[in-house]
Amino acid sequence: MTTQTIDPTQRRVPSLGGFNLTVLGIELRRMLRNRRTIIFTLVLPAALLLSFGGQQGWDDKSGSGNVAAYILVSMALYGAALTAAAGGAMVAVERSLGWSRQLRLTPLNPVAYILMKAIVALTMGALAIAAVNIVGMLMGKAEMPTHVWIVSAIVTLFCTLTFAALGVFVGYVVPGENAMQILGPGLALLSFLGGVFIPLSQYSDTVRHIAYWSPMYGVSEIARAPLTHELPWFAVVNAVVWFGLFVAGAAWRMSKDTARV
Amino acid sequence: MTQTSLSGTAGSDARLVPAVQISGVTKDFGEVHAVRGIDLTLEQGEIVAFLGPNGAGKTTTIDMLLGLSHPTTGSIEVLGLQPRQAISRGLVSAVMQTGGLLKDLTVRETVTYTASLFAHTAPVDDVLRTAGIESIADRKVAKCSGGEQQRLRFAMALLPDPALLLLDEPTTGMDVEGRRAFWSAIRADAEQGRTVLFATHYLEEADQYADRIVLISHGRIVADGTGSQVKALAAGRTVRATLPDAETYGLAELPGVDSVDVRGEAVYVHAKDTDTVARHLLTQTPAHDLEITARGLEDAFLSLTGDQDDAATYTDSIEGTPR
Repeated sequence: MTTQTIDPTQRRVPSLGGFNLTVLGIELRRMLRNRRTIIFTLVLPAALLLSFGGQQGWDDKSGSGNVAAYILVSMALYGAALTAAAGGAMVAVERSLGWSRQLRLTPLNPVAYILMKAIVALTMGALAIAAVNIVGMLMGKAEMPTHVWIVSAIVTLFCTLTFAALGVFVGYVVPGENAMQILGPGLALLSFLGGVFIPLSQYSDTVRHIAYWSPMYGVSEIARAPLTHELPWFAVVNAVVWFGLFVAGAAWRMSKDTARV
Repeated sequence: MTQTSLSGTAGSDARLVPAVQISGVTKDFGEVHAVRGIDLTLEQGEIVAFLGPNGAGKTTTIDMLLGLSHPTTGSIEVLGLQPRQAISRGLVSAVMQTGGLLKDLTVRETVTYTASLFAHTAPVDDVLRTAGIESIADRKVAKCSGGEQQRLRFAMALLPDPALLLLDEPTTGMDVEGRRAFWSAIRADAEQGRTVLFATHYLEEADQYADRIVLISHGRIVADGTGSQVKALAAGRTVRATLPDAETYGLAELPGVDSVDVRGEAVYVHAKDTDTVARHLLTQTPAHDLEITARGLEDAFLSLTGDQDDAATYTDSIEGTPR
């Protein structure tokens, strides 16, 4: 065996740039094992729904459903956004641990890596949405047509991609585990301002005009549109512009990332 | 010459391909010239130590070999391929000194994760067994000791059966026993045709375990050879003899003598050609109790890399610096 040499011609490149289900499985298991992730993404939004969802006037009509349904969709959006942001921030944490560099010594294509991370973030977002919806169903107060439940859940899921990008961006700007310390309270504030927790009609004119420019406003209007049948044009502009800004910010920080870690 | 055309060549031709071919490589970071022109060829199966002080360009060169950065000028080929192509075929692996692990994964998950990214790998259980981490396979990485983490990194690096293994300070934190076991495993691998290039600060380690030492300083290679060649290049050897009134014999005028030190009855002659000095001492003078010693690699290292301003070649740095 001593004369055996390694023959480069016999070596192959992995298909799909290294994209594979084993990694997806391990990444998902990782997220689900993390107690902090579970509490902030699955338990907290459901608990908020339990406390807000039964407030006075829950049975008032709202669009094609009732106020409880309106709150349910909002809480699902909050939970999914938080989850996606946490997933995005993990990219930066992994970089600070040198894991990204380790992965660059494998055939894994950066596009395949981002794609796998996005799928994990969306799956976790879907779990957060499902948790809120199941709690909402068990409460038995939210009422809306079945297709509205489904359509708003799917729309919410795609709205959360904005916050996955925000997570990556903040994760790069504030390295390490501190990113979530900023994202957690930050998203809660933005949710108050953007009308996720309290309808904008409750605010003064001044606050409301500021809210129209904040990143949670657009996505929350879009997520609730299947229920309310209302969607101001500037809400769509808001959602598109913030998505673009966060993706650009994340891409900018990632491309600046030449430091050897 | 078939070394660059891989497609269609027979398997037996593969051993003609150098493991590493670095030609005229420079690397600038803005105004900083990290690498100022390196030519280096490593044959398959060599164990090579890469020595140099911090900022010498070692890390920059290794990064370019791994395809993490590109040379400003010149070319780098790994087994006749571009570095990135070689990486994606699992032909090159590297073991980092620190980091590069996710703390919340178990040892087995980490290896499984890495294995899934390659087109072909050894079975995970085999690799865990070979690396001696089978018993801690279900332990979280965060709970592993430094030595265990290092073995895990090694297991990950060996997964694709790489033809070239790059090691950065590989035995940091290992005890003497662990270090010996590590190097005997590396030797066994090299006999199978694996090329190993390791950066180390343990000069003794380079001397003991490498077939070849490449010394780099100020972005240039200043010496390249076996441990004893490098030592001889740097400062020659020292002849010590007992010789009363040594000053009267004109030893400093002998060819190849750098300096003469007289301490009481003993004389120390530092020379590149110590054979001539010894022959002269024994035949032309009453000198006795002769000893010839090579300088330690540490001295060679300092002597070759100590020159701060111009990246002199070894011949410049020895001549004209009598010691």
